[in-house]
Amino acid sequence: MSDTAKPTVGLFATCLVDLMRPVVGFAAVKLLEDAGCRVDVPVAQTCCGQPAYNSGDKTDAQDIAKSVIETFEGFDYVVAPSGSCAGMIKDHYPEAFEDDTEWRPRAQALAAKTYELMSFLADVRGVTSTGAAFEGTVTYHDSCSGLRELGIKDQPRALLSTVSGLHISEGKETETCCGFGGLFCVKYPDISEKMVDAKVDDIVATGADTVLAGDLGCLMNIAGRLQRRGLSIKARHAAEVLAGMSAAPAIGEPADEE
Amino acid sequence: MQPTTPNFKQNARDAIANDPLQAALGKLAVGFPMRRLEAAARLPEFENLRDQARDIKTHVLENLDYYLEAYEQKVVESGGHVHWCRDAEEARETILEICQKAGAKTVTKSKSMISEEIAVNKYLEENGIEPVETDLGEYIIQLRKEPPSHIIAPAIHLSKEQVAETFRNAHIDLAADRDLDEPRSLLEEARAKLREKFLGADVGLTGANMLIAETGTNVLVTNEGNADLTNNLPRVHVVIASIEKIVPTLEDASTILRVLARSATGQDISVYTTFCTGPRRPEDLDGPEEYHVVLLDNGRSEMIGSEFHEMLRCIRCGACLNHCPIYKSVGGHAYGWVYSGPMGAVLIPNLIGMEEAQHLPNASTLCGKCESVCPMRIPLPKMLRKWRERQFRAHTGAPSARWALRGWAWLAKRPGLYRWAMNVGVAVLGQFGGRGRFRSLPLASGWTSKRDLAAPAGDTFINQFHKGARGDQSGALMRKKVH
Amino acid sequence: MSAREEILGRLRGKLGHSDAPNASNPALDHIQEHHKNLIPKRGDLDKAQRVDLFVQEATRVNATVVRVATLEDVPDQVSAYLREHQLPAKIKIAPHESLKSLNWQAKTSLMVDEGRGAGDDGVSVSVAYGGVAETGTLVMSSGPQSPTSLNFLPLDHIVVLQAADIAGDYETVWERIRNKAGPGKLPRTVNWITGPSRTADIEQTLLLGAHGPQRLHILIVDQPGG
Repeated sequence: MSDTAKPTVGLFATCLVDLMRPVVGFAAVKLLEDAGCRVDVPVAQTCCGQPAYNSGDKTDAQDIAKSVIETFEGFDYVVAPSGSCAGMIKDHYPEAFEDDTEWRPRAQALAAKTYELMSFLADVRGVTSTGAAFEGTVTYHDSCSGLRELGIKDQPRALLSTVSGLHISEGKETETCCGFGGLFCVKYPDISEKMVDAKVDDIVATGADTVLAGDLGCLMNIAGRLQRRGLSIKARHAAEVLAGMSAAPAIGEPADEE
Repeated sequence: MQPTTPNFKQNARDAIANDPLQAALGKLAVGFPMRRLEAAARLPEFENLRDQARDIKTHVLENLDYYLEAYEQKVVESGGHVHWCRDAEEARETILEICQKAGAKTVTKSKSMISEEIAVNKYLEENGIEPVETDLGEYIIQLRKEPPSHIIAPAIHLSKEQVAETFRNAHIDLAADRDLDEPRSLLEEARAKLREKFLGADVGLTGANMLIAETGTNVLVTNEGNADLTNNLPRVHVVIASIEKIVPTLEDASTILRVLARSATGQDISVYTTFCTGPRRPEDLDGPEEYHVVLLDNGRSEMIGSEFHEMLRCIRCGACLNHCPIYKSVGGHAYGWVYSGPMGAVLIPNLIGMEEAQHLPNASTLCGKCESVCPMRIPLPKMLRKWRERQFRAHTGAPSARWALRGWAWLAKRPGLYRWAMNVGVAVLGQFGGRGRFRSLPLASGWTSKRDLAAPAGDTFINQFHKGARGDQSGALMRKKVH
Repeated sequence: MSAREEILGRLRGKLGHSDAPNASNPALDHIQEHHKNLIPKRGDLDKAQRVDLFVQEATRVNATVVRVATLEDVPDQVSAYLREHQLPAKIKIAPHESLKSLNWQAKTSLMVDEGRGAGDDGVSVSVAYGGVAETGTLVMSSGPQSPTSLNFLPLDHIVVLQAADIAGDYETVWERIRNKAGPGKLPRTVNWITGPSRTADIEQTLLLGAHGPQRLHILIVDQPGG
């Protein structure tokens, strides 16, 4: 395929990946390029506005959304390595502009071409295997937004099941919230702790050595609690494994330990 | 009751430290969702029935004035009385008046969330009338002077030992050394005690799961049969129900019943579904001589057309509680009033005011599980967010959180400045995060009090990408035909 | 202003409806249509299968079911039930023509009372208006021949149900009731009963016989008449 025939993808890296875990961004770029896309990562991107939106600050959320729309509306697709941020753009941008005749159509147009990374690979690009290898038993945590706003459940599992050396051990409560919830986890730390402990217990019960998910917010919460409890289970974004970039230290692990 | 909702945070901490409560919640968290799933799996039409149930209530709410008038007319035609009440106080007074006219000393009650909402028990007691809750769970919490901790399982927070102790304190006429070790002996004692009350009551006060406009009927759903002894045996039957309980026809009621128990307990249908219409007919051998409906507004009509309009579809099945990770962590009492869980977090601020209840819409991760199981497909997370918007506009909540949030948004709207600030921040944190994570960090104690915080890698992804970095590359990708 | 006028007035305002009396509105139209919503396929069966499904579903929820050929077999079955559960030979029957006409004393000596339920009734026998195969539900309709208190006060409730009265779904029974009672009318009490009384209010332990009957015994009569 010539470069001009390839669809253009604007990678919405998400603020957490940008700041905390660049390897997820590189993994996303690689997976998208391997899937026949021309990828760009616009410098003008910041945050999707979800923290403001979920805190009731609709005006700021709308302003941020406008800037995301302007930055990304020229691409054929917008892809984010996060169900939460993709869900924000896909579900909540049109909702945030429901009374705005100028911006609503633009929000809807962007929503229509915005995808979470793994569902984009599987559903839009028809990727069945990424040819990666990973030695170990993993369990998968379904992030709430990805699962319930975007219907992401089978796609990551289907892709992961083709990773050579990887065995998936399912938890009983994979669909239960980990207790992150953005600002929730700092506003209501006791309840959040109770929830993430339940999540950690469920992960431990699977016997997995690594927990994977598609959202860095959940993963940082789970990894932070695993580490606080002195458990050695590692946490990674599923894209790292799918892109064969699992040589990087797991979330919250020092570089020299690997 | 006096809400303890402003103390939600402390209530939640207490609940998390309460071992019997946590044991009960652990059991609930497994049992109810599993049985709901099994019931849904047995009925291929379940999801379509949910759509239809939603549509029925949507239609009713759009025509609620017409339906209320039609319903009232049928109640009157069947020989009953309808008492319209604006608020809790009017409803309490109306009920008292009916009881006093009937010369009532004892009023048996079957479980009604509305009667909790208007706190009618206390009012009757103050006026010399003994109200007796007859649902086993409600009876137990009435003896303990507690509010319900779950819509359909009001005493879910108690152990059998706590119930035994409650009965020993309350039933002092019985032998002190009697065996109350097993749930069966507790049930038998309650059954015998309440049987006396059923047979002696002058007025029976029930709620209503639905009011059917076609026939002027109230629907009662129970598993114990207590609502039936309550409405059938006393001389007067009083129904207390809020105005949104209306459904149009017997067919519509049947559709909603098909999703109610499946969502609530995972039963296909509850043991007793009862349709009461008017007082006994002249030729009947039993049933009440008088039939009254106390039709309560208490803020509902104000919700019509508001952003909380869809909350009025709620049929009080409790599915959102059973599936809510917050409810399952703290139980019902932490919410501090008669409702709890996601439906409570939306409804309570409507009923007692946003000031008192400001924690409730915030104490949610918006995980969406509640909406996914709600038989009436109420967009609960969306409405929690609507409360947060109102609070933000009203400047409630901690100023520090507000400024942190607005500061972040201010920066996020300025990509150039944002990039500069993030580069600096990530570089600084990267310097100190050599061990891969922080165990504590100034300004992030909300996070680090409970968990470690992963440290950033020293340079942002976007910076690295535009410097030409591509990460570690290996592997080959396979694709099927794009559809 | 009365509470009624205030509440209705606010609703009319919010919904944009006029308060002028009108013989027709969306609510009245809908009520008159008796529109049937989606009915689960589960009960859409021929008569024999319907009875089988009813038995299966009622048994699932802890009812016991015995099929008898004719109404005349009922007294024997009731006696057998009393013996099996070691209950006193004493029953309270609904004053229903099909029960009153039976020869209760043919083989065993039974004390048979009739009338409404009382607090000390141990075993009652009543006649169902119909059954719903979909969920194994009995439909009881109150009237002089069918006092509601008999369904709830005794610890043992025996119900006679004609196989011909078992419908697939609730809607079919509503149609029968509506045809008999007249449009917009119902008997004082219609009870759907699905299994014996139960509670799980103490530690989520399921116990039968909370306030209503602990046992529900259904006698399905295959041949009509009697």
